[in-house]
Amino acid sequence: MSEDQLVIGGRKIGSRLIMGTGGAGNLEILERALVASATSLTTVAMRRVDATTGTGVLDLLRRLKIEVLPNTAGCRSAAEALLTARLAREALETDLVKLEVVADERTLLPDPIELLDAAEQLVDDGFTVLPYTNDDPVLARRLESVGCAAVMPLGSPIGTGLGIRNPHNIAMIVEQAGVPVVLDAGIGTASEAAQAMELGCDAVLLATAVTRAGDPERMAHAMRLAVEAGRAAHGAGRIPRRYWAQASSPGID
Amino acid sequence: MTVWINGAEHELGEGANVLDALDAMGAPRVGVAVAVDAEVVPRADWASTALAAGSRVEVLTAVQGG
Repeated sequence: MSEDQLVIGGRKIGSRLIMGTGGAGNLEILERALVASATSLTTVAMRRVDATTGTGVLDLLRRLKIEVLPNTAGCRSAAEALLTARLAREALETDLVKLEVVADERTLLPDPIELLDAAEQLVDDGFTVLPYTNDDPVLARRLESVGCAAVMPLGSPIGTGLGIRNPHNIAMIVEQAGVPVVLDAGIGTASEAAQAMELGCDAVLLATAVTRAGDPERMAHAMRLAVEAGRAAHGAGRIPRRYWAQASSPGID
Repeated sequence: MTVWINGAEHELGEGANVLDALDAMGAPRVGVAVAVDAEVVPRADWASTALAAGSRVEVLTAVQGG
């Protein structure tokens, strides 16, 4: 089989399952889940240092040799996202950023105006920008045109586990994209991760589906298999859908 | 002089710099980044960046999320 390598912004990414770290009960549970997922790239958030914030999650990722992907979670404007991204670059010594600019707490949906503005400025500032975006093919195209290294459309709102609500939009984004497409947010279970890959996505990013599962380690393993299976199925080329049955055994006479 | 560090008031001596602010709040020096009045201060400039009365210092680090 020929090499099937994911490359984002010139970086080779070893796994098509990108993980998040939010929601895990503790670092031990997170570690087992990350190992079971076989991920090679994982998100962290940036927050104020205080007595309760340890740096344990960074130590864990370094020990597991997982590349860190800082996000701008919690930012509501381009200005906030820019500052957070620049602080992350300084603290973590990476130019990768998962750009999140959400409109409100209830939906956590991206604010497209602020998102595009922030993406353009961060690209100009030398960042490798991976924007979390709506499942809007037009916005995805705009994000690519300002220089984003990937586009990361949502399947459904963050943390809902509602799966991919508009598969046709995801397929349209994939069809036109010249950069990797990462299905980000909304995945609830393994079949939905496989569906994302069957739709032609290059990778899946998820956190809640694993970290808040009954058995995070087991679900992480399931997601790993689902992403691999979906990728293989996409490459294999599915049969066309038919209206009437077509016998798979030869006729009796 | 009074400066704001992560939203809390701290009393620092005149001429205090970013390193003094980190010490005042007991922050580690690795794995963190600092902004003063919404501008990132690179690590190499921490010792030479003087704070003023009313400066707003933000000290961030990576946590579980996303």
